[in-house]
Amino acid sequence: MIVVFVESWNNQFKKASFEAVSYARSWANMAGCGVRAITSASAENANQLTQYGADEIATLELAQTGAGIGAQLAGLVGDAQGVVVAGTALGKIVAPTLAALTSGALSTNTTGTPTSTSPVTVERGAFSSKGIETISLNNGLPIISFVPNAIGIKEAAGAGTMTSAEAAGTDKLTTNEVSIASGKVALPEAEIVVSAGRGLKGPENWGMIEELADVLGAATACSKPVSDIGWRPHSEHVGQTGIQVNPNLYIAVGISGAIQHLAGVSASKTIVAINTDPEAPFFKAADYGIVGDAFEVVPQLIEELRAFKAAN
Amino acid sequence: MNILVCISHVPDTTAKINFTADGSALDPAGVQFVINPYDEFGLTKALHIKEAQGATITVLNVGGPETEPTLRKALAIGADQAVRINATPTDAITVAKSIKNHIQANAYDLIICGQESIDYNGQQVPAMVAAFLDLPFVNACVGLDINGGSATAKAEIDGGHASYSCSLPMVVGGKKGLVEEKDLRIPNMRGIMTARTKPLAVEEGEGGSHTAAVSFAKPAAKSAVKLVPADQVNELVRLLHEESKSI
Ligand SMILES: Cc1cc2nc3c(=O)[nH]c(=O)nc-3n(C[C@H](O)[C@H](O)[C@H](O)COP(=O)(O)OP(=O)(O)OC[C@H]3O[C@@H](n4cnc5c(N)ncnc54)[C@H](O)[C@@H]3O)c2cc1C
Ligand SMILES: Nc1ncnc2c1ncn2[C@@H]1O[C@H](COP(=O)(O)O)[C@@H](O)[C@H]1O
Repeated sequence: MIVVFVESWNNQFKKASFEAVSYARSWANMAGCGVRAITSASAENANQLTQYGADEIATLELAQTGAGIGAQLAGLVGDAQGVVVAGTALGKIVAPTLAALTSGALSTNTTGTPTSTSPVTVERGAFSSKGIETISLNNGLPIISFVPNAIGIKEAAGAGTMTSAEAAGTDKLTTNEVSIASGKVALPEAEIVVSAGRGLKGPENWGMIEELADVLGAATACSKPVSDIGWRPHSEHVGQTGIQVNPNLYIAVGISGAIQHLAGVSASKTIVAINTDPEAPFFKAADYGIVGDAFEVVPQLIEELRAFKAAN
Repeated sequence: MNILVCISHVPDTTAKINFTADGSALDPAGVQFVINPYDEFGLTKALHIKEAQGATITVLNVGGPETEPTLRKALAIGADQAVRINATPTDAITVAKSIKNHIQANAYDLIICGQESIDYNGQQVPAMVAAFLDLPFVNACVGLDINGGSATAKAEIDGGHASYSCSLPMVVGGKKGLVEEKDLRIPNMRGIMTARTKPLAVEEGEGGSHTAAVSFAKPAAKSAVKLVPADQVNELVRLLHEESKSI
């Protein structure tokens, strides 16, 4: 049995939740076993996990914190051959907690499904995307935390038996407040990211970046100096010392492409750079580029995309 | 108040990364090693706490003798004492066990780690230390207030923030926001001089490992960028739709 922890937000599943089930299904197919999804009792329509390959869907009253949930899972994975957790903010606490409590073998930042199951072997990002590590999970329960968007969502029919579970796990933190910007695409799991740098000259010019993101259904991001000067919130800073993104499309506007910035974005499948300077290092990392002034190119791009969306 | 700051020793952010010819490990030739950037925020936070209310700051690394200059740098920045746990940091769980053993033998009120080491990008050690010791843990911590025996902490979560409180001791996985970048300290001459005489103890650590690095490779080189003239933005839209299938 491959066990997958399926996260929900405000009782809804996220894209990374379905991707986690897809990941578990691929692994289970290789290992010749079933998939047990574990999720919150308050998640709406938990049975929809069936269509991504869950054979059993166990629901329980989840603890509030990642550490509490990790402790609960430790009590539920006794017979598992492997565990899958999406590398979301919560998953990044759940997975190592579970690994510590079960003395398991954990791969985080995993970028693909297993290439072998004896021992379980996967590829993962290391050195901030400057390297690819092949790691084998030799000793203890294999646990895989994958980068959102690593494999995408795949439909696959599972048996979908609903069960309920109980497990102890205490929260050691009192949660005082949780505030989430509504309607915004969360950066780490965004499929498209529109990012801008110091080339935009000032925070008042971000309107067109937000508009471009809006047309594309994208998340917005920025370079480090932009968040350091306070033009944009810290939570948008991508790069080696910020958030690492893994979208299908990354559009960089007025960003030079310093090595520390590229470290956080070079896992993107397609990169577009828009920069006035033909020598900007970003053009070496990009698939497509426009040498031009953002203040002219971006409004045109918004217009062309609107026309494209209307026609398609 | 006793504060432990766990420090990993990582390639400088500008380092070009190469692997040994057989692909089994990082090739350290020409690479400069530094205090993990996330841990610099943690160390400065510890100094702020010390200045506000008094504290003893211990910095710790699990690694070989080659990491001692990094610990000396942390002492020069202002830590009071250093501990090197002499063990090869084969994987996070082994490192976390060594750190746990050290914490159990010493009473700490606050354990500050970084959210992530920028070498192997594990994001594992702090949560594991907290789990081993059954202590409260705040990851992606961007704000921390200590009031006597308890703390309130602000954390980044997907798409927003959360605020927590707990009693001490606790473990933090910190990042920028714990202190601001402008507050980061660099060693001054006096710091460097006094660091030479500050204690740096060596303890033995855990061995064994649960995972093994089979090999390392560099990502495939990108093919040359396709430039689209600035007055033909529609061509970019076409390429993104038809060629790269991104939209
Ligand atoms: C320890 C350390 C960690 C770091 N971590 C990160 C990190 O995680 N993320 C990160 O981003 N940086 C990081 N940096 C900083 C990094 O080195 C660069 O300084 C930074 O990425 C530059 O940001 P920028 O490209 O926005 O600004 P600049 O380098 O100033 O580049 C602005 C670009 O905009 C272009 N431009 C100007 N006007 C226009 C216009 N009208 N239209 C189009 N283009 C225009 C210019 O040609 C230029 O290429 C780190 C640095 C250090 C030392
Ligand atoms: N070898 C080590 N020695 C001391 N602290 C470490 C070591 N490895 C990781 N840490 C701590 O754990 C944090 C997260 O590291 P990691 O889990 O490796 O990404 C780092 O920022 C350090 O605070």
